[in-house]
Amino acid sequence: MSASLDKGINALKQQVDASVAAFFSSCVHCGICAEACLFYTETGDPERTPINKTEPLRRIWKSEYTLMGRLGKLLGLSKKVDDKLLADWETLVYDSCTMCGRCSMVCPVGNDITLMIRKTREGMAAAGHAPEGLIGASKRSVTIGSPMGVKLPALLAQVRHVEEDSGLKVPLDVVGAEYMLLLSSMEIMNFPEFIEAIARIFDKANASWTISTEAFEATNSGIQIGVSDIAAELVQRIVDAAEKLKVKTVISPECGHAYMAIRWDGPNLVGKKFGFKVRHVLEVLDDLRQQGRLTTTGMEKGKLTYHDPCQISRRGGVIDEPRRLIDMVSDNFVEMPDHGKMNWCCGAGGGVSANERADEIRLKVFQRKKDQFDAIRPDAIVSACSNCRIHLEDGLEEYNMDIPLLSLTEMIAEHLGDDDRAGAA
Amino acid sequence: MTEIELLNWARGPGLQIATIIFVAGVVIRIIEILMLGRKPNLAEAKGSEMSAGLKTMVSRTVPDRATFKRSSFTITAGYFFHLGLFITFFMFAPHILLIRDVIGFGWPALPTPVVDAFAVITIISLLAVLVNRLTNKVMRYLTNFGDLLTWFLTLAPLVTGYIAFHRIGFTAPTLLAMHILSVELLLIVFPFTKLMHAFTLFLARWYNGAISGYRGVAS
Repeated sequence: MSASLDKGINALKQQVDASVAAFFSSCVHCGICAEACLFYTETGDPERTPINKTEPLRRIWKSEYTLMGRLGKLLGLSKKVDDKLLADWETLVYDSCTMCGRCSMVCPVGNDITLMIRKTREGMAAAGHAPEGLIGASKRSVTIGSPMGVKLPALLAQVRHVEEDSGLKVPLDVVGAEYMLLLSSMEIMNFPEFIEAIARIFDKANASWTISTEAFEATNSGIQIGVSDIAAELVQRIVDAAEKLKVKTVISPECGHAYMAIRWDGPNLVGKKFGFKVRHVLEVLDDLRQQGRLTTTGMEKGKLTYHDPCQISRRGGVIDEPRRLIDMVSDNFVEMPDHGKMNWCCGAGGGVSANERADEIRLKVFQRKKDQFDAIRPDAIVSACSNCRIHLEDGLEEYNMDIPLLSLTEMIAEHLGDDDRAGAA
Repeated sequence: MTEIELLNWARGPGLQIATIIFVAGVVIRIIEILMLGRKPNLAEAKGSEMSAGLKTMVSRTVPDRATFKRSSFTITAGYFFHLGLFITFFMFAPHILLIRDVIGFGWPALPTPVVDAFAVITIISLLAVLVNRLTNKVMRYLTNFGDLLTWFLTLAPLVTGYIAFHRIGFTAPTLLAMHILSVELLLIVFPFTKLMHAFTLFLARWYNGAISGYRGVAS
């Protein structure tokens, strides 16, 4: 992808719609969004105020889409978007924002600041001002099919292990299956237990499912870096596979931005409605629970809490489902202060974890998460995003806290109360 | 120009010009926003856009508890001066008479001493808002010329109105002319500054609520 300032400016122009114009017209510079952003609260740096991160997009809106701005432009008075501005803003837009959406929840005039930052990224990336780590991940996603460079043989190897461990079949490329499971590279490489958990839950629930060998990667670097063309290409691969296998529902795994990419952005990126449903794995499990196809035995020991992954809860709408599922296996569940749609981000979403330059700051802002955990001192933290999970583990280690991290799907699978496991061993 | 001529100009042609610029400006700004349009959302909805949008238009008026705790001064001062502006403008008997002249109907006024007290409260809150803007590091960082200009132009009608009502310093016609002229200045600048938020915040809140509501989240 060749980048230039012109392309960046054009990309920014394309991002301005009625909502963006209403948002910029309404900002009164009250600064309340800063207090909702962990990159501000933990650094005290006013540059990191969320609305400030949208400055490149604001300048384009003002000079191109307002009467006074156009007049100012004619007179040479408008503030320009140039390479220097974009270079200066790169660390604000990418390293200091996880697109967690908390600022959008508190803005008194109602600005969806996160959406504005997401749109700003489109211009930044087109102009060549995106972090190396994200550029690399995006390139790998397009050429290899995975941001981490995970290829099909790696998946097949894990599938074989899972089949050996569980004694269950992991169905590949089954035409007509009810569910098609997507996976994040992180799950394939670091958490293959997730695949086993799904195999066991679906076996118990008697649900037909499959993994496509042509489109198994759920993550989408395109929406993190802000290049809609790449994002659309990655979504299209999934659409093609789902249509080819004629599945009813595509399951987004325990990964926040993957859910955003396929569930909410996907159809808009490829420009057509999907002929299948997209559900987060927790929604599917909750459906199975409701239908009586998912039953559990036994209770977890100790005090549990749930870390809401931003793109799944606040930006994704899956908030009650995880709580209903946890209630099945825990009678000692405690909410953190600011949970659910107001939860604080782990600090590594939105491409921050793929951007090595941001390593220091993501661990610094983890202090916010630490304070939340300290308030209730849980024995274990349950979550549903492997990116959150990796970073939370990192942060807990950095801050010398010894609290185990659990995947909700895996935790449920531990309580199926069947003999499959013993039988397979 | 005598002071009576000045007053007559301010009340007559001055007010007409300012009102035309205000109304035309606001209409143009809103059309300019709406004309940009928005692509239809092709994702399967989890909730309703319209009802969630309408709900957020109202609900954003009240901050959640944690947000209030973190920004209590900004929010409290904001409430005071907005409420004060509303009461001094819409609840003062002479203002209602003027409005009745223009639009044909009015409403009961608050007792003048009450409005007078609110004028003082509003002026004090606006001063507090400025101090906050210049001392709070985030607000100071965000502040531009427009913020200071709109602050001044919002305060001016309050101060000129207050001294006109109490007949301080000048003769009545001069004071009233100054008050009307300060309002006209505010009207002229309104559509081209952040003062537009008085109208556009309802659009912004609707979009915010609709975007979230579509995904099944109440924002």
